[in-house]
Amino acid sequence: MATKNLPMREALRKALMEEMHRDQRVFIMGQEVGYWQGTHRVTRGFIEEFGEKRVRDTPISEMAIGGAAVGAAMAGLRPIAEFMTINFAFLALDAIVNHAAKIHYMFDGMFKVPLVFRAASGWGDQATASHSHAPEPIFAHFPGLYVGCPATAGDAYGMLKTSIRDDNPVLFSESIALYAKPGPVPDDDNYLIPVGKADIKRPGRHVSLITYARGLEWSLLAAKELEKDGIDCEVVDLRWLRPLDTALVFESFKKTGRAVIVEESLPFYSFGSELAAQIQEHCFDYMDAPIKRVSSLDVPLPYSRHIELMALPNAEKVVAAVKEIL
Amino acid sequence: MAAPTREQQVEWYRQMVLIREFEEACYHLYAQKRITGVYLHLYSGHEAVGVGAVAAMERGKDHIITAYRDHGVGLAVGVEAKYLMSEMMGRRDGVSGGKGGSMHLASREHNFWGGYAIVGGHLPLATGIALANQYNQTGGVVISFIGDGATNNGYFHESLNLSGVWKLPVVWIIENNLYGMGTEIIRSAGNPILHKRAAGYGVRDMERVDGQNILAMHAAVKEAIEYARTEGPVLIEAMTYRYYGHGVSDKQYDTRLADELAQWKAEKDPIHLFRSKLVGRYKNIELELNRLDDDAKKQVAEAVEFAEASPLPRTMDELLSNIYVD
Repeated sequence: MATKNLPMREALRKALMEEMHRDQRVFIMGQEVGYWQGTHRVTRGFIEEFGEKRVRDTPISEMAIGGAAVGAAMAGLRPIAEFMTINFAFLALDAIVNHAAKIHYMFDGMFKVPLVFRAASGWGDQATASHSHAPEPIFAHFPGLYVGCPATAGDAYGMLKTSIRDDNPVLFSESIALYAKPGPVPDDDNYLIPVGKADIKRPGRHVSLITYARGLEWSLLAAKELEKDGIDCEVVDLRWLRPLDTALVFESFKKTGRAVIVEESLPFYSFGSELAAQIQEHCFDYMDAPIKRVSSLDVPLPYSRHIELMALPNAEKVVAAVKEIL
Repeated sequence: MAAPTREQQVEWYRQMVLIREFEEACYHLYAQKRITGVYLHLYSGHEAVGVGAVAAMERGKDHIITAYRDHGVGLAVGVEAKYLMSEMMGRRDGVSGGKGGSMHLASREHNFWGGYAIVGGHLPLATGIALANQYNQTGGVVISFIGDGATNNGYFHESLNLSGVWKLPVVWIIENNLYGMGTEIIRSAGNPILHKRAAGYGVRDMERVDGQNILAMHAAVKEAIEYARTEGPVLIEAMTYRYYGHGVSDKQYDTRLADELAQWKAEKDPIHLFRSKLVGRYKNIELELNRLDDDAKKQVAEAVEFAEASPLPRTMDELLSNIYVD
């Protein structure tokens, strides 16, 4: 397939632009999505292209943004609601969790809620404690919601398109650190990555590095480093935290017998703990070593640079974890 | 506006007595544990508010949404009592297949978008449904009930403001029954004249309406809908009173306010007031009204019989269906 090299930001922008041209029911709402051109420039040029009806600047009202998207979706539109950062989506947690995720079930299928909550996510760059979350696992806790976390520009493109066309509510997390990162993006309007489909980003034999979003970068760097010592890592990029492609995870683990789970988020009650539990439950006979987890440390993120970096995961920590179990 | 006809008024009386009978039955069924859920919030005392507002809607075009005190709206819009009663009892024939219960009644075909159980949570849904109507130029207006208690949470402020910013076709109706659970308005609102809050959001303030007088309710909501259809949002504060406490389990609270309750029942009961008005105005109407009283009893008895004969969901398929749209 022909591809174009684009930063993730532009891949997302392309997906949104194409889907808005494709379906008049799709519209965008959020803080600064219009005349400001989007805080992260994902909606650059949209207000000029589509006008105020379909590119809707909102007040700083996360509860209303979340809930209005739910109501509009129930009534037949296909809203894309943007939270400037995922930290602010906490203010809309009730709309997301109690309404978006549950209305289809609660009324036994009477209503559909086809919407996408987009949110810029991630730790680092001295953003400080309240602005430094990668809380995707929190949202993945709740049945009724899908959670997408792309790690590459091409995946971001295909996953966002799928999310917009799907009839279920999707929490779509975009790593701020990855917005500028370029990658090949298929030149195909209908490039769709099915919900819940993980991807082997690097095949290997000795150990499975299981990750998503920003963790992919650390995992691939670690794999390259470990290659020098003759250690062959398989890197599994989950892409979606819900539905979770456990089949591919188990397949990889049964091949390698060892796993390091790599995530940007916090360690308690996390993606890592869920996956580790599932692996031991389903692949116990294949386990050659304890499952290791690399995540942020269990601490609110400080401002000052040195201690901030100490709290964050990185490729070196992944390398060290792999060496511990080989 | 043309005065309501005799026929219309008889129909409103029919709905009001049906609601009263239905709620009395629920009260007893709950005490007998034939309705087994924890929550049951009855509409007795509020009948003129719900019936008056629904009567002002252009059916098939306008929409309605409410909180958890939702039985009355369900009956007023015309959902058959037997399907509502089945939902109370968690039966397969319930409007929400037994998954929603008392607080989550809805009927898409009647443009009744549901009852919701998080205080204020449905208000942004109303803005979203109104946005869809504005977006698609349907001319439809959304009526959203608001408990007085909900006026102090963020949803109220964010949703009313958004409706004002976007000039959405919404009629906001505060059902002010003087208590948010057990707390009197005067202990919870800095300014207890709740309709004045409209001014802060660019919402038209239609002030207080006597919620025990169905003719006044109907006239006010009719005017509000016509305004909202072309100009934007309106706020009405309907003054009313609840006969069974916040929920039916609030015995202690009822006892404490026995005198106040007795006075409302004696002097301001919406059904008695309306009945006297009709009897004074129309000769020979009494027999007709008596017959409606009897019909309501019969209909509710049949609904209970139907509901108790309806099967309870018992299979894993029923538990797991409609979490997601397939």
